[in-house]
Amino acid sequence: MISFPKWKAALIVLVCLLGVVYTLPNFVSKSNLEGLPEWVPNQHINLGLDLQGGSHLLLQVDTDDIVKKMLVSLTETVRTSFRSAEPRIGYRNLKVSRNSVSFSLRKPEDREAARLALSPIAVMMPTGQRSHLIEISDDGSSASITPSEQAIKDRISAVVLQSIEIVGRRVNETGVNEPTIQRQGADRILVQLPGLGDPQRIIDLLGQTAQMTFHLVDLSGSATGGSVPAGSQRLPSLNEEGQTYVIKNRVMVSGENLEDAQPTFQQGQPVVSIRFNGLGGKQFGRVTTENVGKPFAIVLDGKVVSAPRINEPILGGAAIISGGFNVQGAQDLALLLRAGALPAPLNILEQRSVGPDLGADSIEAGKIAGIIGLVAVAIFMILTYGLFGIVANIALAMNMFLIGASLSVLGATLTLPGIAGIILTIGMAVDANVLIFERIREEVRNGKSPINAIESGYKRAFTTIVDANVTTGIAAVILFVMGSGPVKGFAVTLGVGIICSMFTAILLSRMIITLWAQRSRPKTLNV
Amino acid sequence: MKIKLVPAKTKVPFLQQRFITFGISAVLILLSAFMFFGPGLNKGIDFEGGIMIEAGFETAPDLGDMRSSLGGLGLGQISLQTFGAPDDILIRVQRQDGDAEAQKNAVAKVKAQLVADNGAGISYRRIEFVGPTVSAELVDTAILAVLVSVLAILIYIWLRFEWHYSVGAIAALGHDVILTIGMFAITGIEFNIASIAAILTIVGYSINDTVVVYDRIRENFRRYKKMDVKDLLDLSINETLSRTVMTSVTTLLALIALFVFGGEVIRGFATAMIFGVVVGTYSSIFVAAPILLQIGLTHHNEEDDGFKPSDDEAYDV
Repeated sequence: MISFPKWKAALIVLVCLLGVVYTLPNFVSKSNLEGLPEWVPNQHINLGLDLQGGSHLLLQVDTDDIVKKMLVSLTETVRTSFRSAEPRIGYRNLKVSRNSVSFSLRKPEDREAARLALSPIAVMMPTGQRSHLIEISDDGSSASITPSEQAIKDRISAVVLQSIEIVGRRVNETGVNEPTIQRQGADRILVQLPGLGDPQRIIDLLGQTAQMTFHLVDLSGSATGGSVPAGSQRLPSLNEEGQTYVIKNRVMVSGENLEDAQPTFQQGQPVVSIRFNGLGGKQFGRVTTENVGKPFAIVLDGKVVSAPRINEPILGGAAIISGGFNVQGAQDLALLLRAGALPAPLNILEQRSVGPDLGADSIEAGKIAGIIGLVAVAIFMILTYGLFGIVANIALAMNMFLIGASLSVLGATLTLPGIAGIILTIGMAVDANVLIFERIREEVRNGKSPINAIESGYKRAFTTIVDANVTTGIAAVILFVMGSGPVKGFAVTLGVGIICSMFTAILLSRMIITLWAQRSRPKTLNV
Repeated sequence: MKIKLVPAKTKVPFLQQRFITFGISAVLILLSAFMFFGPGLNKGIDFEGGIMIEAGFETAPDLGDMRSSLGGLGLGQISLQTFGAPDDILIRVQRQDGDAEAQKNAVAKVKAQLVADNGAGISYRRIEFVGPTVSAELVDTAILAVLVSVLAILIYIWLRFEWHYSVGAIAALGHDVILTIGMFAITGIEFNIASIAAILTIVGYSINDTVVVYDRIRENFRRYKKMDVKDLLDLSINETLSRTVMTSVTTLLALIALFVFGGEVIRGFATAMIFGVVVGTYSSIFVAAPILLQIGLTHHNEEDDGFKPSDDEAYDV
């Protein structure tokens, strides 16, 4: 005969209670929650950027640039290795080829000496391979050093980590609340900025590597036209349209040696005051002492900020950069110099920004749609199944609480498609009960007693419910695994919704109806 | 007084009309294919790359003026539409040649022009930019997601039932997916990542519906050992008809609420879902079941294929 074990009932009631308890904090504001004791559940559902407003930026580190720089610095290493070898090793045509550094030896008999001199480059990596492949032909006429794929990968990885650090510093300097910056894949960085609907300034700041170097101006070349002497190059001005400077390639002082940079004013003009660390201060002092009267160019990312004349030696390690800035420009430059240069340029692959008012509108619209959907389905269920419809509605309401509690406890992020997922679940959650009730109707029509009809209705509908939900669940899992951002949010609510609806339909509604049937022993079933 | 959408016992000869319904489906599929390969989908920036700006204005601007003003910026194709309200404008700018810098500049140019024409009281509700790398990845992932989920469902059905049912389910799913894509092509509703989520949900919903009918068919094969297959399929569809309609109606109620009150951003998704639920319901009745007859499902097959009833314990009466 029909029975429902007490422990099972207790467990179901307990789960439902937990569902309610863990959902309730979402109806209380964060500030009110703070006053409550610690054991009270106080987790809110995380809102996605599309609901609370904010920006999502997907950046890619320029890996080509990393490899190029890696090879350029490799040529430097080769040059110094050969020069410092005893006796010196003669070479020519040292240059960067496609993905290696190539050169040729002047004398074939230097082959072994060259190999020895270069051997520190090819270090053993944890993988058991050498980091570089060194090949020198027998007559020494063609030689190459090729970094292994792993070495390149390691380098990219190091640069990405370093970039994340710098991006984090720059973003934090702007005062955005709770930004998250994470690595994604091999060479990507995901920046999430809650509350920031228009991240133009951040994009501007992240769009510059902000590598600052100080160079002497080449006075032999004409600043406006003519040929540029070897060892020098012509660079455009940062703020003066059309103006160019010819500067010497040699870096006299590097921005790496900056200790601090602050925006300030000089004679009413916005400027940036900088301070070098010990080494930088010394270098700066020496260069300014040796070149009094000559112009000194400050170069930022290949553009000349300004090239003021050195009036007197600057020995204190502090200087002022002026260059026709506006207030914002001076502030941004100071910020960039403080945060440090990016090791490689960043490209923006994707930007998604939602203003806070659209987010609030979406939540509001979602709430209204959810409530109306819920009420419409509930009324329809009562109209169709009467008393049983009320039971289905209790299950549906509890289903909402369980979804709310699961999302709160899991720390899942609710997105706009996620709200759509919940509303869809409202419609589909009653399906399990519909299956059961239709089955009970049939059993009654086949002449079964009410209690038997209920019993076998639940039993027979069970496999169908499982089959039907597993298939929908498969779609949800795949969406979760392959989707990104908002779509993942949809998959989460759909998946959680399916599980919760199976619990409420199969266990909760069954419990209520069984207990009701036991107590009232109906002679006929009015399903 | 309780309402009954479907009378207690129906005897609709669904399979008798199967060639008519197959014909309707075939015509709709051809139409969808024609629309897909002809005019094509209105692909959003997710799949096409480009820039999208949703801006709220203090007073409704004139779209024609704005079109010519923004068109003069030399940013290529620009499309404008009102979004839910006359003072809420959705601006789409095609992907700019060149790097991220070009995209950034394009956004800045559009914003500057909007301010120049309309004053400063503009609130940017959404700014989105998708680069070519990401849009290409999104296309690949989307296609893969749909294929993988259909395949996974096929395998599940094959394990739980037998191969005839798998074929029928896939036919129904293919039918629904193609028609939904066709709907996007015909209506010009923007096809984006949310549309893929909609298609996958439709796949889940449609298979759910189909499985319920199949479950009953399997059960009836065991119960009525001698019944003619066509009659048996008809009986199964009729027995589950009430449930099929009920669930469609409750799901549609929720979706219509989402469509009407859920806001502009989600409306395309809700439209696709409503269409999908209708098509999914249709296909589980008129495609999934009748196809079983066409591909020769009989009483005999079940033993031949080593079919093992897995839920016999449910028949203890």
